[in-house]
Amino acid sequence: MIEAVGLTKRYGKTVAVDNLSFTVEPGRVTGFLGPNGAGKSTTMRMILGLDRPSAGKVLIDGKSYGQLDRPLRTVGALLDAKWVHPNRSARAHLQWMAKSNGLPAKRVDEVLDLVGLTKVAKRRAGGFSLGMSQRLGIAGALLGDPKVLLFDEPVNGLDPEGILWIRQFMQGLAADGRTVLVSSHLLSEMAVTAQDLVVIGRGRLISQSSTTEFVERSTENTVRVRSPHADKLGAMLVDKGFTVREDEDGSLTVTGAASDEIGDIAAASGVVLHELSPQRGSLEQAFMQLTGDSVEYHAELAETGK
Amino acid sequence: MTLLAVERIKLFSTRSPWWCMLLALGSTIGITAIIAANWDGAPMPVLGAVFSYTFGLFVIMVMAALAVTTEYRFGTIKSTFQAVPDRVSPMIAKAVVVMLLSGLVGLAAAFGSWGLSWVLADDNSDLALTTANDWRHVAGIGLVFAAGALLALGIGALVRHTAGAVSIILVFALVVENVVALIPNIGDDIQKWMPFTVVNKFIFGDPDPSAIPEGAGPPAIGELSPWGSFAYFAGIALAIYIISLVVVKRRDA
Repeated sequence: MIEAVGLTKRYGKTVAVDNLSFTVEPGRVTGFLGPNGAGKSTTMRMILGLDRPSAGKVLIDGKSYGQLDRPLRTVGALLDAKWVHPNRSARAHLQWMAKSNGLPAKRVDEVLDLVGLTKVAKRRAGGFSLGMSQRLGIAGALLGDPKVLLFDEPVNGLDPEGILWIRQFMQGLAADGRTVLVSSHLLSEMAVTAQDLVVIGRGRLISQSSTTEFVERSTENTVRVRSPHADKLGAMLVDKGFTVREDEDGSLTVTGAASDEIGDIAAASGVVLHELSPQRGSLEQAFMQLTGDSVEYHAELAETGK
Repeated sequence: MTLLAVERIKLFSTRSPWWCMLLALGSTIGITAIIAANWDGAPMPVLGAVFSYTFGLFVIMVMAALAVTTEYRFGTIKSTFQAVPDRVSPMIAKAVVVMLLSGLVGLAAAFGSWGLSWVLADDNSDLALTTANDWRHVAGIGLVFAAGALLALGIGALVRHTAGAVSIILVFALVVENVVALIPNIGDDIQKWMPFTVVNKFIFGDPDPSAIPEGAGPPAIGELSPWGSFAYFAGIALAIYIISLVVVKRRDA
């Protein structure tokens, strides 16, 4: 279990992580979600004792990272797959890590096998593809058979096969009863990977809940309507106080109304409907809505529709 | 002990330390060979055989700086501190391994140079190591290499960038220490306390009178005795190294 209490990190005047409190439970994959620059990596570095919090603390099973004896046996982490000397072989990289925490040399071969790198173990890690580097990083995280695992954006830049492998791998680790915290800026990815979500924006906690709860609470329900009399229907719906958006193909997207109500209104005024379909708002939209104010670097989005 | 093994694995599982050690040996011994082969007329003194030690010293200091800066360059320092969160013990282990290795390379370079001079010089009657001073001229190079490596480790850990650390070491040793002497009035007084100038006296200072005619040997300036000179150099190296430990402990990795 990971427990952050009032965790804060300031760089000069910039506040990267602001009074962040959350818990990560064992036996589940917890997604750590936020836009780029939200403070996810900084938080993970503080969990690992690499960065010193300006205030607050973070505990792993009740202890700070620095208090752990031979910490690779308790916490495994993959923060950056490129943290490997490019001229060192994959095996040598794992060997020194294993040695430092008193892990037997055969454990190196076991984890290499686990991630499928046995054949390339003697090759220099600098020549690895991103997917292979990620696997090597995961092998390093698993060396000490830890109860707690941290992964920072593990699927970034991977092909679909690699993404699927990592996703299933993390779910397997959680199913073993381990605590798994995985950061991402992609809600769609987390929705299929994580059971719990810790969502942050600009260093602050936005929500902590189960993934289902988060998705239900935050997605906006709309109804898509196609009609040869779209203009007339649209005006009537606006009169009723619903929000109506006309899309490029001439269909209407209505917010705030159930499909039944729209059907009744259309029937009452003799408007022909070609389509009347309730839509689940996309996860990405929900995420944008929630974190929209807390994105550090805004790109100007061109307005579409009306 | 396990941390020493960790640092040994790290150092020897990449190629640059091997190249640096070969280069340190090759440059020192090679230049000595040229000197020895061209030594005519008079018997070659012990000092002549070790005159080129600074070439190897700078290369070994680059190796030591690299041992730290590449860890920062490639992020393995973070894995190191993840594995050993107290941070100080792996840095000390690294210093022990790198200093031992540097000391051995220093001894190999010194005795290699001396042995080759013995073979190549026309007249090697003065080359025998008969006095304590003779031994210091040669074996002392091992100590200087080890202390220099410690200094380079400290600078490397403070600066964290290979180019920065190597430039500081080379520019200071090769340029600054010579240029300060040009400052009017006080230049000479400053120069004689410059660490690489001082450590020269440990190697070249107080030769036995028979070996070198008065005033003809390599420069050995400074206020301290030869061993005092070494203590001064090693003290500076240790001080900078300890400062680097404090900084590494406090700084975000």
